[in-house]
Amino acid sequence: MTADRPLVALRGVTKRYRTGTLALNGIDLSIRQGEFVALLGASGCGKSTLLRILAGLSAPSSGSIDWPQAAHDASGDPLRDIGFVFQEPTLMPWASVMRNVTLPLELAGMKRSEAEDRAADWLARVELKGFEKAYPRALSGGMKMRVSIARALVTRPRLLLMDEPFAALDEITRFRLNNDLLHLWSEDRFTVVFVTHSVFESVFLAERVVVMAPRPGRIAQEVGIAVEGPRDEAFRTSAAYAEHCRTVSAALSATINPAERPA
Amino acid sequence: MSDEPSPERALPSLGGTEAWLRILAPTVIAFLFLGGWEAVVRINAIPHYILPGPVLVAQTLVRDWGTLSVSLLITLKITFMALSVAAVLGLVLAVLFAQSRIIELSLFPFAVILQVTPIVAIAPLIIIWVNDVTISLLICAWIVAFFPILSNTTVGLNSADHNLIDLFRLYRANRWQVLVRLLLPSALPYFLAGLRISGGLALIGAIVAEFVAGTGGSASGLAYRILEAGYQLQIPRMFAALVLVSGTGIAIFLALTLLSHLLLRKWHESAMGRGDRR
Repeated sequence: MTADRPLVALRGVTKRYRTGTLALNGIDLSIRQGEFVALLGASGCGKSTLLRILAGLSAPSSGSIDWPQAAHDASGDPLRDIGFVFQEPTLMPWASVMRNVTLPLELAGMKRSEAEDRAADWLARVELKGFEKAYPRALSGGMKMRVSIARALVTRPRLLLMDEPFAALDEITRFRLNNDLLHLWSEDRFTVVFVTHSVFESVFLAERVVVMAPRPGRIAQEVGIAVEGPRDEAFRTSAAYAEHCRTVSAALSATINPAERPA
Repeated sequence: MSDEPSPERALPSLGGTEAWLRILAPTVIAFLFLGGWEAVVRINAIPHYILPGPVLVAQTLVRDWGTLSVSLLITLKITFMALSVAAVLGLVLAVLFAQSRIIELSLFPFAVILQVTPIVAIAPLIIIWVNDVTISLLICAWIVAFFPILSNTTVGLNSADHNLIDLFRLYRANRWQVLVRLLLPSALPYFLAGLRISGGLALIGAIVAEFVAGTGGSASGLAYRILEAGYQLQIPRMFAALVLVSGTGIAIFLALTLLSHLLLRKWHESAMGRGDRR
């Protein structure tokens, strides 16, 4: 994959809601195959809207989205090949863990036995072996999120979109899921766009942090997070990590209206 | 759903004691009431054509079981047929509403009109128009039972998780897949709640229609027995028929509650015991 042929490229993407609110203004962003990108910003900066546009769940008011490497379907829409993880686990409460994970495969018409084999592999990879028959209500918040991640990855998507997936979890669970997500990513190298409002989370996870500013939503600055060595617990307490956090934090503060900025 | 204990669970639990209390307390009240009733009737020597005591009502129920059971079966048949038709049509129409906003906007007002028009007022018309008594009773009971199922299922179909709908869109699910795998399971608890309300209403509809038809002398269900016993001043028999009507209503409610519990216990909050909640 060459740098001049990104996985997806947005040019001048603008989104205006029917109410007249300008949610996104002139977004230029290109994402490379295998990259881990974090979208960081205060609430109201349009980062979730941008994620929905990438997923094809929402259409931009103007601007273009190109998928240079993607095949297109009969009607000319790009086959996006995407997994999506919402802020809530968004599981079907009436279906077992196994049925929840096989859902994307079954919707695509895969035979149930084959879908179950693949889902079982992914459930093992997110450390939920033995919970196949459990119902979502029997699981803790962190385990439900693992099911959600397994469901998003079971189709082996090229792009994984995550919308503040760990925001509602306690810190210990969040750290573990951060580590496990990085582990999965280092093994399979799918592309990730990860929306968060946490400076620390964005720096820990991403190779590139895209800092967004609100009203109207726009890209304020991009910060590359170059790290030597693995991103593990030692990294979380390292001086390099603290330095990156300071840089990103300064970039984020600059986007906030001076009246709202803490003194 | 968090892992912390809910305030509900923090309350002192009665555990097994509560299960007993749930049955024992109403039973004690019932016996006190029946005992008091019997005592009042005996002490004041109230004639049985004014107010029969519970013992006499029970004796009548046993003695007249032959006639009454035939009537009970007729009423039960009407009730269950009306409920089944209401369930099927309510579900089908709700699904149509969910598929097309135009169908919903054009038909829903008429469903409301059907619901708000008192059945007592239209039952005579239906009985005049429809020659077959059973079918006219069925129509009356159906009109009363239909609306709760339709409106509940419509709400249920519209209350599917929006993120899940997005997820289905993302995976390019077709209408049928969305309906069967997402909308119908989301609507199931609502449908069952509607069914529980409609179960009782179907019985009431059947009884009301029998009353109207019975005044013309052309029915033989429980309501007709009540009318007939009233004309003949056989008040104990009237009470016995009344007991059967109430008993039937309670049995329908319990049966539908059990059905709902069996279908939902694995996943829905409403069918979980307190101890199961997380």
